Amino acid sequence: MKPFFEARHLAYTYPRGPLAVRDISLSVARASMTAVIGANGSGKSTFIRMLAGLLRPSAGEILLDGLALAKWPPRLRAREIAFMPQATATVFPFRVLDVVLSGRTPHVPQFRLENEADREKAMQALESAGAAHLADRYVTALSGGEKQMVTLARALAQEPRLLLLDEPSTSLDLKHRAALMRTLARLREQRGLSIVMVTHDLQLTGSLFDSIVALTCGEVTAQGRPDEVLQSDLLARVYGEPNVRARRIGDQTLVWIEA
Amino acid sequence: MSTAPVLSLPKRLFRALSVLTLLLIAATAVGLAVGRQRLDFSGLLSDPFARTLFFQLRLPRVLMALLIGASLAVSGAALQALFRNPLADPYTLGVSGGGAFGASVAIALGLSFRVLGIPFVFFASFLGAMLAVFLVRTIARTGAVTLPGALLLSGVVVNLVSAAAVLTLQYLMDPSGALRILRWMVGSLDVVGIAPIGRMLLLLGPAWLALLALSTQLHLLAIDEDTAGTLGVNVTRCNTAVHMLCSLIVGVTVAAGGAIGFVGLIVPHAVRFLFGEDLRIVLPGSLLMGAAFLVLADALARIALPSGELPVGAITGLLGGPAFLWLLRRRQQYTVV
Repeated sequence: MKPFFEARHLAYTYPRGPLAVRDISLSVARASMTAVIGANGSGKSTFIRMLAGLLRPSAGEILLDGLALAKWPPRLRAREIAFMPQATATVFPFRVLDVVLSGRTPHVPQFRLENEADREKAMQALESAGAAHLADRYVTALSGGEKQMVTLARALAQEPRLLLLDEPSTSLDLKHRAALMRTLARLREQRGLSIVMVTHDLQLTGSLFDSIVALTCGEVTAQGRPDEVLQSDLLARVYGEPNVRARRIGDQTLVWIEA
Repeated sequence: MSTAPVLSLPKRLFRALSVLTLLLIAATAVGLAVGRQRLDFSGLLSDPFARTLFFQLRLPRVLMALLIGASLAVSGAALQALFRNPLADPYTLGVSGGGAFGASVAIALGLSFRVLGIPFVFFASFLGAMLAVFLVRTIARTGAVTLPGALLLSGVVVNLVSAAAVLTLQYLMDPSGALRILRWMVGSLDVVGIAPIGRMLLLLGPAWLALLALSTQLHLLAIDEDTAGTLGVNVTRCNTAVHMLCSLIVGVTVAAGGAIGFVGLIVPHAVRFLFGEDLRIVLPGSLLMGAAFLVLADALARIALPSGELPVGAITGLLGGPAFLWLLRRRQQYTVV
């Protein structure tokens, strides 16, 4: 299928810092799932923040429907692409439902308030994220994992075509990790949602994802189908850990560290 | 801690604005009724003395308090959202201090001319406030992160340096100039006639509206800056706009009434406490409640002493200082999970 979202030869340098990312390309088709893996500091977050439009690439281009991302009016872009950051630290005691409702903003006409339909969509998004029971709570009183579920719900309320997630499963327990993956798989089936996810959770990537991008020091080490990328020697290079092992069992890949 | 289900936003907005409008009307009535000179309202039509007292002194003063209170509170609410810091306000961020410095320079140099009918002091104060905001923001921001501690510390330091600069100016001036600065510094809402109020409103009104128009953006920024960036907010542009508008609003109020502290801090908190965190309620709500608050504080200042009056800044300081400390203590509840 023809990709609707493309990143070509992206590079990023932080001011007065070293080159964080160089020459990464990625194309995203409808209803696809891509994982971005790599060691800490390998440029994964920088890369996905560029895709989200939060960082402007030092070189290369990002195209959404053939038009440069920077040329999209921010509101229209926000209807197409949603981003779930690693962590959100909201200082003020907002209600969970209000935070999720904020995801409707790109769809609400300017100088109008969200209506009943938006509220329902926000509630549905909360249900999809498995966080409906949190609706009336204060975000400041939630645990790290609960906050991530709320952030996911907010991103879903945006009803995007492309969902970008930066390590969404880090503080989720086993149950919610499974729920997250089920939700993403379902939205891909039902709505044709495309997903790009930065993750350390290699077990998650084996069966569900269509492709994996492995980064080392800001560069692509390997890019391809999970069974191509999830290999012992390749992962050993990506993480700089000689004892990492990967084995394919059926359509699952098992990754572990040999003692 | 789960609580009652959330009312829909239009309902909450309507409820908040009606309650606060009633409060403002009541406060204005009290402000107009109270004063050392007893006013016989029934004689307002027949008695020229009563009429002059009312229209030339009492009403302008109440309107002045209303304008300044609304201005300080709405800028405080905007700055708290922008910096995601419950302790931010024009005073703690050094905006008031910078404005005071700008105004003193203009007064010291005897620049008493007007531009388009607006006193030059207003512009000088605006520039001073802008300079302070720029300084505080530059110092506190490293890369993409604003450090909350550094923000308030640099704000306090900018305020102290401004105060020292004003003091130095006073010593360098001849006695009459020094006295002019001193009298202005004490800060007073005294004003004669309606005309100065109109001139202030000419600048403040549009700035208020522009700030209110940014309330959705500020709402998203208050929740999370990154998220706001991906929800269609142009974060850099919004930052610049809010800084400029708050500098203008605070600059004008400081030039007109001196630096009045803490209104911008405690009023937005009271609004949030009563009506929730949504900035589309907090901004207009703060505007109304700030107006009511300063009108009442001024009424209190006028009758607190058996003879003479207290500066209104003393009243807001005495109320606001302890409120600030209480918030500082409560802040742990905000940030610690």
